Amino acid sequence: MSIAMIFKVAVLAIFRNKTRSLLTCLGIIFGIAAVIAVLAIGKGASAMMVAEISQMGNNLVMVFPERRPAGAVHQGLGGGQNMTAEDVLAIKNELSHLIAYASPQVNAASQLMYQNKNWSTRVQGVSTEFPDIKNWTLRDGRFFSEQEERRAARVCVIGTSVANNLFGDEDAVGKTMRINNMAFKVVGLLNSKGANNWGDDQDDTVMAPYTTVSRVLQGSSFKSINMMNLSLHDMNDLDEAKREISALLRQRHKLADYQDDDFETRDTTEIMNTIGSVTGLMTVLLTVVAAISLLVGGIGIMNIMLVSVTERIKEIGLRMAIGATPFMILAQFLLEAIVLATVGGLLGVALGVGVARLIGAIKHWPIVIEVSSALFSFGFSAFVGVFFGFYPAYRASKLNPIDCLRYE
Amino acid sequence: MSHLIEIRDLYKIYAQSAEPVHALDGVSVSIDKGEFVAIMGASGSGKSTMLNILGCLDTPTSGTYLLDGVEVAGRSRKELAHIRNGKLGFVFQNFNLLPRTTAIENVELPDLYMGRLTRRARRRRALELLKRVGLGGRGTHTPAQLSGGQQQRVAIARALMNKPPVLFADEPTGNLDTKSSIEIMELFTELSKEGITIVMVTHEDDIAAYATRHLLMKDGHLVSDDGRTAAP
Repeated sequence: MSIAMIFKVAVLAIFRNKTRSLLTCLGIIFGIAAVIAVLAIGKGASAMMVAEISQMGNNLVMVFPERRPAGAVHQGLGGGQNMTAEDVLAIKNELSHLIAYASPQVNAASQLMYQNKNWSTRVQGVSTEFPDIKNWTLRDGRFFSEQEERRAARVCVIGTSVANNLFGDEDAVGKTMRINNMAFKVVGLLNSKGANNWGDDQDDTVMAPYTTVSRVLQGSSFKSINMMNLSLHDMNDLDEAKREISALLRQRHKLADYQDDDFETRDTTEIMNTIGSVTGLMTVLLTVVAAISLLVGGIGIMNIMLVSVTERIKEIGLRMAIGATPFMILAQFLLEAIVLATVGGLLGVALGVGVARLIGAIKHWPIVIEVSSALFSFGFSAFVGVFFGFYPAYRASKLNPIDCLRYE
Repeated sequence: MSHLIEIRDLYKIYAQSAEPVHALDGVSVSIDKGEFVAIMGASGSGKSTMLNILGCLDTPTSGTYLLDGVEVAGRSRKELAHIRNGKLGFVFQNFNLLPRTTAIENVELPDLYMGRLTRRARRRRALELLKRVGLGGRGTHTPAQLSGGQQQRVAIARALMNKPPVLFADEPTGNLDTKSSIEIMELFTELSKEGITIVMVTHEDDIAAYATRHLLMKDGHLVSDDGRTAAP
């Protein structure tokens, strides 16, 4: 008798007891479904976090002037005055093989005014490359030009929150508003990004040429900037980029070997790593839960198969009497268990995907269903079938035909 | 000229209890091709044990058993299964059909384990056999839809599937009414005339009357054999 025949016999036996077969599968079905659904939601959540982090900027590296104690006053990050827009230009020119975009950033807390409405926010003085670094896109109008940047024109681009608060339903682009009592022309309106991971409203912002902000709003004679935003071609070059940026800045700032850096770099990989470790922990926990649920499902299968062997003992005796070898009996019951487990696994994957989609739709959560986790669950359920199906099948194959036929 | 079935000094001793039970206590008998043999005796006489050993369902404690000239005693479970599949057919008191399985599929079962025929040939042979036992139109019925007599006919058709030279029947009419019993025994008589050897266990005299040879057993001994003189 070929394996195909034994398979057929096993499938026929399963279909002869549809209700019991389904009940046997249930443990596996729910176990796999729970794993698939929770994994889909978990992966979706971490994908969303990663997406939000990358929204902060494209391959972003930030360089801050060193917080350097000035007398007794300890200044915050970006409080140093030793970094200039020329540093940014130098990095962009000399490290163009690593750096795609570079923008200095000068911040100025400012009071905005349009007609009778007031709004206070932070004006970011940046370069024309800033939108490419931070993934800002325009809803209306344009970003300021390089020419406007060079001549420190009084133009600005505003976020949606500022537009709502100052302009209401009015079209902001083309209007003139006052920043710290100086007239600025609004040339563009940014697309909304919403709140960032820390709950700050990213749309509550005004962007103007850094030249303008530095000269007009800060009124500073220094050319110092608060930070520089750099965008790498490739995040794999991160270590090399940090090394070269550091070397170049040390050279430009004329630091001797014994002196510490007077700047500090930050990048999003640190945050990504944290998320990665959280996700990793979650995956381990889910795997444990999955293993337990499948163990329970497997025990269910073994239980039913043992009952089935006892219940069908006459059938076993008859099959042996008409010529089934012990191996064929073993194969039949083992295949029954495997078919039950894998069919349960398939139904479980389908149910899990369905439940994940449903929860995602109701709660508006992103869902990421990985083919690998579905395949793994399916494969594991087959293994559960083999593992927990073997003992009952082995017992069946060891039975004596006479005892089976006489069994009452 | 060797016999189809030849057993010599067959012992079957059950040693589970403190006092060993000699179910077979040195039985020797030979059966030729085409004989219709009834094994009779009171319950506990050892007739069922004898049938089980002859049917390769059980193994003797000692003694020799030649089936078709081949030694059977001492074979592995797998080899015994192959012998049962190819050379022996079984008919049981309680029919032992697979429930919720059609008559055709029940009849086809022995060849599934042998795998000699193609699917189509297997189906054709099963239908032929069902027609042969008078159930031509009942192939798609399940056991629950058949009467006791009809179920036993399906069982007989199944026993004939692999064209075995010997048919073993254990109280084949024990669960049947008189009319069905007579029909089954008439079928056995026809099969016997076609050359199939039949060995049947029964305790009913009118059923045994259909056989051409009668073995009487008592306490594990063969006490009478109207075909030949029994060994002491």
